[in-house]
Amino acid sequence: MCGVVGLLIKDPALEPRLGSLLVPMIEALGDRGPDSSGIAVYSDGAAGGSGPLATLAGAEVRISLGSDAPVDWPSVRADLERRFSPVATVSELPRGLLVGAPMRHAAEIQVYLGDQWPEVRVLATGGAVAVIKDTGRPEETCSRHALSEWQGYLAVAHTRMATESAVTLLHSHPFVPAADLCVVHNGSFSNYASVRRWLSSQGVRFDSDNDSEVAARLLAERLAAGDDLAEATRWVMKELDGFFTLVITTATGMSVVRDAFACKPAAVAEADGYVAVASEYRALAHLPGIAHARVFEPRPEEVYTWTRSTATS
Amino acid sequence: MDTLDCDVLTLRELNRALRSLEVGSSVRLRNPGGRHNLAVGLETSVSVTIEGNAGYFVGGLCGSRSDAGPDITVKGFVGWSVGENLMSGTVRVRGSASQSAGSSAHGGLIAIDGDASLRAGISLKGGTLAVAGDAGAMTGFMAQAGTILVGGNVGHGLGDSLYEAVIYVGGSIASLGADAREEELTDEDVLEVKRLVARTGFDHIDPAAVRRVASARSLYHFSTRHHGAY
Amino acid sequence: MPGPVEPAAPSATFPPEVIERVHHMADTGQYPIRGLGARRPLPSFDDLVFLTASVSRYPLEGYRERCETRTVLGGRHGARPIELDIPITIAGMSFGALSAAAKEALGRAATAVGTSTTTGDGGMTPEERKASDKLVYQVLPSRYGFDPADLRSADAVEVVIGQGAKPGGGGLLLGQKVGDRVAEMRTLPAGIDQRSASRHPDWVGPDDLRIKIEELREATEWRIPVYVKVGATRVDHDVKLAVAAGADVVVVDGMQGGTAATQDVFIEHAGIPTLPAVRQAAEALAEIGMEREVQLIVSGGIRSGADVAKALALGADAVSIGVAALVALGCNRAHAHGPGGGALDVTDGYRALGTLPGRCAHCHTGRCPVGIATQDAELERRLETDRGAEAVANFLRATTMELTALARACGKSDVHHLEPEDLVALTVEAAAMARVPLAGTRWIPGG
Repeated sequence: MCGVVGLLIKDPALEPRLGSLLVPMIEALGDRGPDSSGIAVYSDGAAGGSGPLATLAGAEVRISLGSDAPVDWPSVRADLERRFSPVATVSELPRGLLVGAPMRHAAEIQVYLGDQWPEVRVLATGGAVAVIKDTGRPEETCSRHALSEWQGYLAVAHTRMATESAVTLLHSHPFVPAADLCVVHNGSFSNYASVRRWLSSQGVRFDSDNDSEVAARLLAERLAAGDDLAEATRWVMKELDGFFTLVITTATGMSVVRDAFACKPAAVAEADGYVAVASEYRALAHLPGIAHARVFEPRPEEVYTWTRSTATS
Repeated sequence: MDTLDCDVLTLRELNRALRSLEVGSSVRLRNPGGRHNLAVGLETSVSVTIEGNAGYFVGGLCGSRSDAGPDITVKGFVGWSVGENLMSGTVRVRGSASQSAGSSAHGGLIAIDGDASLRAGISLKGGTLAVAGDAGAMTGFMAQAGTILVGGNVGHGLGDSLYEAVIYVGGSIASLGADAREEELTDEDVLEVKRLVARTGFDHIDPAAVRRVASARSLYHFSTRHHGAY
Repeated sequence: MPGPVEPAAPSATFPPEVIERVHHMADTGQYPIRGLGARRPLPSFDDLVFLTASVSRYPLEGYRERCETRTVLGGRHGARPIELDIPITIAGMSFGALSAAAKEALGRAATAVGTSTTTGDGGMTPEERKASDKLVYQVLPSRYGFDPADLRSADAVEVVIGQGAKPGGGGLLLGQKVGDRVAEMRTLPAGIDQRSASRHPDWVGPDDLRIKIEELREATEWRIPVYVKVGATRVDHDVKLAVAAGADVVVVDGMQGGTAATQDVFIEHAGIPTLPAVRQAAEALAEIGMEREVQLIVSGGIRSGADVAKALALGADAVSIGVAALVALGCNRAHAHGPGGGALDVTDGYRALGTLPGRCAHCHTGRCPVGIATQDAELERRLETDRGAEAVANFLRATTMELTALARACGKSDVHHLEPEDLVALTVEAAAMARVPLAGTRWIPGG
């Protein structure tokens, strides 16, 4: 009941085009996930262009905010600016805010929000990532946010078909269990309840009862314990049973893994300037140089990792 | 040749137009854009060329027991289940195919010039699947009848739970599935592969050098001694 | 000298049946396989009763005042809907599991009373298409005998994700029933034990199901309704996903649903009973605002007009019967059809299977003494399609009259006006599962 998309830019000349390359990928998977979408974009401090990311340029930490409740975002923005200017910069989104702040203020800002604006949820924090989550058709979300103008070096997105009547952002991917760590999942885990109980007993806190969040938190635990991305991904694959394609991004790279039966679709394109992954081939069809790219479907139980510097598996 | 533009027509309009073609006529589909369900349910001998990439179920539910069936060519890649349940006719993919290529095909030929993915030829029921390149894991899963030819390498679990279908592999086999075994190539096999090579133009395949995989037939009757194999 | 031995009362954990079961497994190395549905007592419709006419609720007169039973299914996407005279259909059962004579008799009975039958795991036989005026064509994980030509000739198509007897398990037909004709239809060697797939070969997951349903519609020019059938497990989720994938009708089969053959542990220990499944399915549709757009058919242990009425009251638009139809046809009867319209005593046939009429669930053996669940030509002769069709039609008509009697007594001029408020429960479990009050109280457990 969803589609996943990932795009890692290798050629810096393509970074200004990240958004314009990403949007058709997301739109191609709109039917797979017509109810809501979540998009994460990673950019350097010196990101160019206009738009919300540009105003964050130079901030040490980005905090992405969203909510299921109808929040008066202009008021939140005004309040944050009043309280935290000039150290924090706030950028308005159609359905949320992006806040840029120095590291030492980031925690304070989140505590403040928790007290003053309890309906506002922190979707993500990190030095590079900004996250949007919205309900409605993905194409509309993309145009509402003028996503095609966004610049950066890495993006991951998820389009969702809801099973509940209320489509909540809290259940939307990507899950961001640690700074700059995004997890997007297509499929379903069959033993996640037990894994969640075990992680809870280790002190891990969960925001939802969603199976995907369990994978995200497990991954974060392994990374915090010192595993690299490939090892941590392998851990998740071992612990969790079921059918899944996982796309995981950090500030420095992207990884993809599928379960042993690989029933949830995935295709990868490795080209000179980028690495792209999507649930269907046709989401990759418009990418530049696709005709000469190495296009393949990830093999079951193999962890594919690309880092920003090398971007080879 | 007539041309239909997928950018302009809806899926229903496209398929309706294809269905109403006169027997023996040809048509070209432009701008397919990875659309799903193109050229579905065509019974008769019409020729359809899709100029670009298609999505799932291209050429699905085509042909019939009494007709020669359509001739469908895709000049690009295809998504899952190309030619699923084909009864007769040909579906040719110039690029690669995603999972379950030729699923449950009863007759006709599905030919992939590039690679096929996981579960190629799953549940095959008498049709023929030919792949010039590699095929993924669990190729020929529960294939009941028909022929699968793979020019390149195949992944793990080849021919798992195979019934009477026969699989020929030009390259390496990562591992065999439950109840699948490699058998001696007979003269008939070589002839069969030769015919397929001629039909598909996959002349990089040496008919005398392929490996034959068929069912060991030891799971045809239930026994709990096989519990590990199920 | 010691007195006579007094056997202790049977253990509840290891009663004689369980001991015998373990002995059987020890002797043969096989797990028990059998037919029909769950046998053990389960919370069921028997635990619900109707609150019929009272001082403030007036009944309709029987016979004189019409109680409508017409039922229309499947119009959500503009297909030609299935119009039934009664809200009772015949569930999917395969030729292979059943004899050709049985399939034909069921088809003719359905046609006579104005309802539909359904093909099964093996494809469509020409006899059934000819006999049955409204035929639903199943798309199963195995795809045995699946033919686009048959699809085009069908009145509706039913994508089967699972059935109540074995949700998550595939079809099963033992070698003794895989005769030449069945083998040919299913593209299998004759005589092997058929093990069907439990997942579909060309799609997995609800996002792909959406594409598959579109394929089926394209192949039939959007003419016919698409049903999606699930065994009752995670009913709330499954119903919503089926609707999101494009189903016109959702079919939910509870654990009492029958089969011709599967592992006994599947039948008894997988899936939830029909009672909680109906209410959950109906509420799922209501939650997504689809209760008037998408129709709900339930099955699994429907035996009488009371069961039909309760299913409708809890939110179903129709029910499907399997085992009951076969019993009407002659299953578990001591007499089969004899020559010249007479009766043939077949009790010995049951004894040979180690059972008796009234207790038989040996469909898997293929030695059905009354010619229903067999491929043996001689046994099949014990079922005359004329008499069989009449028997099933009788049962369907009588059941419909039971249904309307109860509906009228509740003041309804249309059986589809039955609602949960017409019911109360006799047990706490049934009250919680059906979400109706415990009789004599205002209490619905669980809120």
